[in-house]
Amino acid sequence: MFYREAGQFKASYQADSRIFPIRQDQIGFVALMAFLFLVVPFIANQYWLQAVLIPVLIFGLAALGLNILTGYAGQLSLGSAAFMAVGAFGTYNFMLRIDGMPFLVAILLGGLCAAAVGILFGLPSLRIKGFYLAVATLAAQFFIVWVLVKFGWFSNYSSSGVITAQRVNILGIDFRSPEMKYLLTLTVVTVLALLAKNMVRSSTGRKWMAVRDMDVAAEVIGIRLMRTKLQAFAISSFYCGVAGALYAYMYLGTVEPEGFNLDLSFKILFMIIIGGVGSIMGSFIGAAFIVLLPVLLNVAFHGSIGAFVPADLASNMELIIFGSLIIFFLIVEPHGLARLWQLAKEKLRLWPFPH
Amino acid sequence: MARQFGDVVIDLQNISLRFGGVKALTDISFNVVEHEIRAIIGPNGAGKSSMLNVINGVYHPQEGNIIFRGQQRQKMEPYEAASQGIARTFQNIALFKGMSVLDNIMTGRNLMMKTSFLHHMLYWGKAQREEIEHRKKVEEVIDFLEIQSIRKTPVGRLPYGLQKRVELARALAAEPTLLLLDEPMAGMNVEEKQDMCRFILDVNDQFGTTIVLIEHDMGVVMDISDRVVVLDYGKKIGDGTPDEVKNDPKVIDAYLGTSH
Amino acid sequence: MTFFLEVLIGGLLSGVLYALVALGFVLIFKASGVFNFAQGAMVFFAALTFVGFTEVLPGWTGLAQGTAGNFWLAFILALSSMIVLGIATERVVLRPLVNQPPITLFMVTIGLTFFIEGVAQGIWGSHVRGLNLGIEDVPVMFLLDNFDMIISQFDLIAAGIALVLFVTLALLFQYTKVGRALRAVADDHQAALSVGIPLKHIWAIVWSVAGFVALIAGLIWGARNGVQFALTFTALKALPVLILGGFTSVPGAIIGGLIIGASEKLAEVYLGPFVGGGIEGWFPYILAMLFLLVRPEGLFGEKHIDRV
Repeated sequence: MFYREAGQFKASYQADSRIFPIRQDQIGFVALMAFLFLVVPFIANQYWLQAVLIPVLIFGLAALGLNILTGYAGQLSLGSAAFMAVGAFGTYNFMLRIDGMPFLVAILLGGLCAAAVGILFGLPSLRIKGFYLAVATLAAQFFIVWVLVKFGWFSNYSSSGVITAQRVNILGIDFRSPEMKYLLTLTVVTVLALLAKNMVRSSTGRKWMAVRDMDVAAEVIGIRLMRTKLQAFAISSFYCGVAGALYAYMYLGTVEPEGFNLDLSFKILFMIIIGGVGSIMGSFIGAAFIVLLPVLLNVAFHGSIGAFVPADLASNMELIIFGSLIIFFLIVEPHGLARLWQLAKEKLRLWPFPH
Repeated sequence: MARQFGDVVIDLQNISLRFGGVKALTDISFNVVEHEIRAIIGPNGAGKSSMLNVINGVYHPQEGNIIFRGQQRQKMEPYEAASQGIARTFQNIALFKGMSVLDNIMTGRNLMMKTSFLHHMLYWGKAQREEIEHRKKVEEVIDFLEIQSIRKTPVGRLPYGLQKRVELARALAAEPTLLLLDEPMAGMNVEEKQDMCRFILDVNDQFGTTIVLIEHDMGVVMDISDRVVVLDYGKKIGDGTPDEVKNDPKVIDAYLGTSH
Repeated sequence: MTFFLEVLIGGLLSGVLYALVALGFVLIFKASGVFNFAQGAMVFFAALTFVGFTEVLPGWTGLAQGTAGNFWLAFILALSSMIVLGIATERVVLRPLVNQPPITLFMVTIGLTFFIEGVAQGIWGSHVRGLNLGIEDVPVMFLLDNFDMIISQFDLIAAGIALVLFVTLALLFQYTKVGRALRAVADDHQAALSVGIPLKHIWAIVWSVAGFVALIAGLIWGARNGVQFALTFTALKALPVLILGGFTSVPGAIIGGLIIGASEKLAEVYLGPFVGGGIEGWFPYILAMLFLLVRPEGLFGEKHIDRV
């Protein structure tokens, strides 16, 4: 079957504003979801689940959070990892201190904590724009990690603030095996990604983009800049917070505040630059790219010529390749891999008769 | 042409605006009445755009009063102006470059959309009904301005003339009672100008919208406006019907230059 | 009181180093509108390259390590590397991005940061190195004897070097043709271009000067704390300095640097004990953030009016 929209007429505005207006895309999406939910748990081995799929989903969610703020609302943040930390430590404390706290409620509350902190550090965005804001978010990055290290209460007085995730049990089902962790992560991430998609295609998303593209004009048509920016900060931080909780509970199991450092924030920023600024799908493509790249490099260095490449050089190669890719994408394709995918689809629509 | 005008919509009294030591506007007073097309003309740098910026709250004058629909205020915030029915276009197109034509025009209705982001997340029931209801209104504006074929195009890809039209569409989508147009025909060719004139007159006629516009093309101004304010170096030098203004010696001096 | 003064002066002296890094930011921002996040990485690159050359040169030239000849040769080679790096950055990375939104330019310099760090460590290795400038880090005896204050001789000399650098640059900008052209470019790119100032030429010069400033900062900093990756984090503190001083003001960078240096040390000593210490790491950022709420354009920056 060709990838065509010819003959698919929209009789209502409802049909015209679907997430996937073209039928082939709808089928493709359903097939992908079926594959991820029903097939992957049975065919993927432990390594793939734990070292690739789960982190890709979790980082993708964090990148999606940053994308809401940076890609849609146009406010740069270098503090995503700190908001993840708030989510992780928030969830941990809700689980620890309230008896019988359901896990899903705890990550929701953890996310809300992150949202509250996000609003606090988003306040300077009312006065400043662009990279000036980067400094305010750096303040969040350093300050939050410091608070979590210094005040033992947050980590239940463990040494250097390390927390160990409690066992997760939902409705009598234990989420301990990689397959179960994968399925829970996938469910949470899918739901949140769909909710985000709905937001960005409705009035909420249009307001964000209006503020991003031209704030003066946005104000003149009646958009309250303060409310819109803070809302973006809150929702973005909520997503990062939930990602942080999943990072602790579904991926690593044990985390310390220092793990949510500036490097992690940069990594998440790189995911959206490479995947696509202002694209929900791009967040996940970028996450997959950044998670898989070191794996591929590892294989490359330790495969054929590997014996001659010291680990030190390999890690520096990683820095160089990341750096070059960022520069390359910003110069050549500022909308990232998601745009390349879009372009490929546009070509395919016309293929094999491009004129 | 028997035209019916109503009450004063906005009355500007002794407005003065300074940026640091630079006086942009000095002691300017004029009013706009319901249903008229009011033009502001003047040489470059006369303060025309600053005047519009004062009306919809982008700039706050240091002195003077604004009486809008009987309410006195020293300054307004832009979103207040918008929520009271003032919409505008800009001299240098201020569209949202990353969004489609449709989305741009939809933003014009943001004040009328009451659902919150929690509804939008679910995109179900109330949120969807609201979205579709406003989409219908937006499609009416799209039909009115004859831009059906480009509704899904990102505005960045459109030629200049069409962008101006989309900007007008976004302003109209807000169903304003007072519409401010900053050089709506700048940089257009004759046909585009004719189209734009037709749209402006239609808006004024069909919806009863009061319009304040800045325009350099004197032919257009004299043809479509009911009254004209003339500014020069931030001061008002003339005010009246096109014919009165045309024959005012001070205005002629400002435009043609005199030997003082 | 003596202790307070000690802390204050120690803070001001470390502030000089922040000011040096901030100066590199301001130069590039003024001339090309690029917020060069990679300035910190450039400092690291410069210091590492210098140390690397002092280590390998003796094997090539026969000059002994620690001799003046070896020092200056390494200095010249490191400076050349910085100039090449600066010009290459301007050519390859920034020129294709002319007229892009500032936020894109900012992000590209973050990519550049990673690239430069990777290259520097890839060539010279990642281990921590000492850097000896031949100035001893001992208290100034005169001050210790007469005022009972411990002020490092090294810090004082470093501040002196920085001061000479600031004054030289200020004179160059004020009185030379290139300096005039630079100020014209900073004021208005288009206008400068239209009166025949070769914009690209100027950008290349500015990136080279920023490289030179990075080298000086790298040498002083490296000699103080060793040449190591952590340098790049310390260099990030130049960001709050810029918020305080304004992005376009050279005096602002200096005064902002001094304020940040002094206030973080005072905060650490006098507030730190109440909250468990270690507040130096975030204090400058929070200070800058609070400052932004009051005065977004900085102490010396120009107020910007949006035209619509």
